Amino acid sequence: MLNKMTSSTIALESATTVIRTDSLTKVYAGGDFRAVDELNLTVLTGEIFGLLGPNGAGKTTTAGMLTTRVIPTSGSALVAGVNVVSHPAIAKQFIGVVSQTNTLDRQLTVWENLYFHGRLFGMSSASSRETADRLLEQFQLSKWAKASVYALSGGMAQRLMVARSIFHSPAVLFMDEPTAGLDPQSRLALWEILQQLNGDGQTIMLTTHYMEEAEQLCDRVAIMDHGKILALDTPANLKHSVGVDTVVTIKSSGDHSLLAATLEKNVEGVTRSRTTDAGVELHVQGADRLLTRVIAACEAGGFEVADISVAEPSLETVFINLTGKELRD
Amino acid sequence: MPTTEIAEEHPHIIVGQRRSAFSASRAALGALLLRDVTVLRKDLGIFVLRTVVQPFLLCFVFLFIFPKIGQSVGGGGAAGESAFATVLVAGVVGISIMFQGVQSVALQMSTEFGFTREIEDRVQAPCPIWLVAFEKILSGAIQGVISAAIVLPIASFVHASGVEAHLTLHWLILLTLVPLACIAMASLGLILGTSFEPRNIGMMFGFIILPITFLGGTYYQWTRLAPVQIGSFHWLQTLVLINPLIYVNEGMRASFTNVPHMHLYIIYPVLIAFCAGFLSLGLRNFRRRVLS
Repeated sequence: MLNKMTSSTIALESATTVIRTDSLTKVYAGGDFRAVDELNLTVLTGEIFGLLGPNGAGKTTTAGMLTTRVIPTSGSALVAGVNVVSHPAIAKQFIGVVSQTNTLDRQLTVWENLYFHGRLFGMSSASSRETADRLLEQFQLSKWAKASVYALSGGMAQRLMVARSIFHSPAVLFMDEPTAGLDPQSRLALWEILQQLNGDGQTIMLTTHYMEEAEQLCDRVAIMDHGKILALDTPANLKHSVGVDTVVTIKSSGDHSLLAATLEKNVEGVTRSRTTDAGVELHVQGADRLLTRVIAACEAGGFEVADISVAEPSLETVFINLTGKELRD
Repeated sequence: MPTTEIAEEHPHIIVGQRRSAFSASRAALGALLLRDVTVLRKDLGIFVLRTVVQPFLLCFVFLFIFPKIGQSVGGGGAAGESAFATVLVAGVVGISIMFQGVQSVALQMSTEFGFTREIEDRVQAPCPIWLVAFEKILSGAIQGVISAAIVLPIASFVHASGVEAHLTLHWLILLTLVPLACIAMASLGLILGTSFEPRNIGMMFGFIILPITFLGGTYYQWTRLAPVQIGSFHWLQTLVLINPLIYVNEGMRASFTNVPHMHLYIIYPVLIAFCAGFLSLGLRNFRRRVLS
C-alpha cells in the first residue's frame, strides 16, 4: 500500500516537474566566484517561470546550464527528465531557445528558417512544411515567407525566433532577456504572444532584469543575486511578503540622508527608507493620510518638497528589501 | 514518427517521446547538409564564379599571356611551356581545393561565430555539438570535390596554342586523394574559422593563406626544389614539408599527370595525419567557442 502510494506520488511529480536542479553550481574558468551557487530549483509544466535579477546575478548562466551550453562545475539538472550534463544531445530534443541576439540563418528565407528547423529536429518534409506555414500564419509573418531575414524589423525577427523555438514542441521554452532591445510596442506584442503560447500549455522559463516583465508574465518568479535565489514565489506573494502597502518617492533639495532619517523617525509606519539620486524613497505600512503626513514631516524638518508620488510595491521593492540596492544597479 | 504525430494532435503539449541519440543525430546531420545544399543551389552562380576566377586567371597569365609575349615559364619553347602547364594544372586544382576549404568553412564559421551568431542556434540541434562542426567539414569537402571537378577542365583548356598540359588520369589515386585532400583542407578551414575573428580575417589571409599558397608547390614540383640549398642542406625542400598544401599538390600531380612527384607512400599517410590533426584541433576549438 505504502509502496503504491509512493510510486504514484513519484509519477505525479515527474508528470508535473519539467525542470529540476540540484545544487547546481558554476564557477567559470579563471573566475574566483560562483556565478551560480548551489541552485535548487523546480519548474512545473505549464508555468511561466521568471529568473529576475540584475546583470551578473547568474540568470543567463543558469539558463545556459539548462540549455546545455554552460557546463556546470557541480550539481545536476534535469530537463524533461533528461540529465542535461550527461545526455545533452537527448535533452536538446526537449528544449527550445530564444537567445538575446538575432541568430536567424541569414542565408535562408523566413519560411526556410522554420522549415529547416523542423528537419533538424527530425520532422518529415511534409510535416515541416505544414508546421512552417501554420506558424507563419500564427505569428503574422506569412507575407514575409519568401523574404530574406534581413528584411525583418527587430520585433519581427524576434517573433520568427519564437516561432522557430516552439516548432518542435519543446517541453520548455527558454528565453534569455526576450524583450531586451525591443521598442515598447514590440515588447507588448511579444508579451501577448508568450501569454497565448502559455495558454496553449507551453512551459516557459525566462530571464529578465525588467521587473514589469516578470510581474506581467510570470506565474512564479525567482529573484536572483550573486548566483543565489533570494526569494521565490508568485509576484503577488513576493510583493505581499515585504509587508509594505505603499512606496512614497519624494524629490527634494537638501541633504537626502538627513531627510530620510527625519522621515523614518517622524512618519508612522515607515519600514525602510533609502536615498535616490533626486531624493528619498520610503516603504510604508498603512496608507492612511500618508501624503499629508509625509509633507508635514518634510516641512517640519525644513525640507522643501519639489515632487511627491505614491505607488504600490513592485518586485523592485522586493528586490530592494532583499538586497538594499536597485535592480538596475 | 511518433513525436511528430503527438505534437500535431496536441500542439505545445509536452512530448515525452524521445528519439535515440543516434537517430536524432542522423536526422540532424541530414538536415544540416540539406540546408547547405539549399544555400549552395541558391548561390550556385557565385559559387562557380568564386571557384573559377583564380584558376582561370592563373592559367590565363601563365599559360596564355606569358607564352604569347615570349616570357614563358619552363624555358625551352613549346615543350618546356607544356611541361610547365602540366605541373601548373595539377597545382591549380590543389589550390582550388584549399581555397574552397577556406571559403566554405573558415569564412563561414568566422562570420557565424563573430557576426551573425547563427552558430548559437545551430548548436541547439538535437545532436552532439561536434557533429555540427563535422557537418561543416563534410559540406566544405563536398564543395571542394565539386570545385576540383569544375577547375580541372578549365585549367586544361585555357592556354595558348602550342602549349598543352599532358594529363593522364590515374583514377584510383584520383578517387581517393581528391576526397582526402578536400577533407584535410576543410579541416584546416575549421581551425582557421574558429581561431580568427571576422575583423582579423585580413591577417589570416596575409600571414597564413598567402605563405601556404606560394610555398605550397602550386607553381613547381616539390621534387625540383633540391637545388635551393645552403651548403649541402636543401633548406627550402625541407622547410615546405610543414605545409599541407605541398602534399595536396603533389597528390594532384600523382592523380592527373605522369610528372615526377613525391612518393605516394609519403603523401597518403601525411595527408591522413594532417586530417586527424586538423580535425581534432578544429573540433576542440569549436567546442571551446561553443561551450563555457
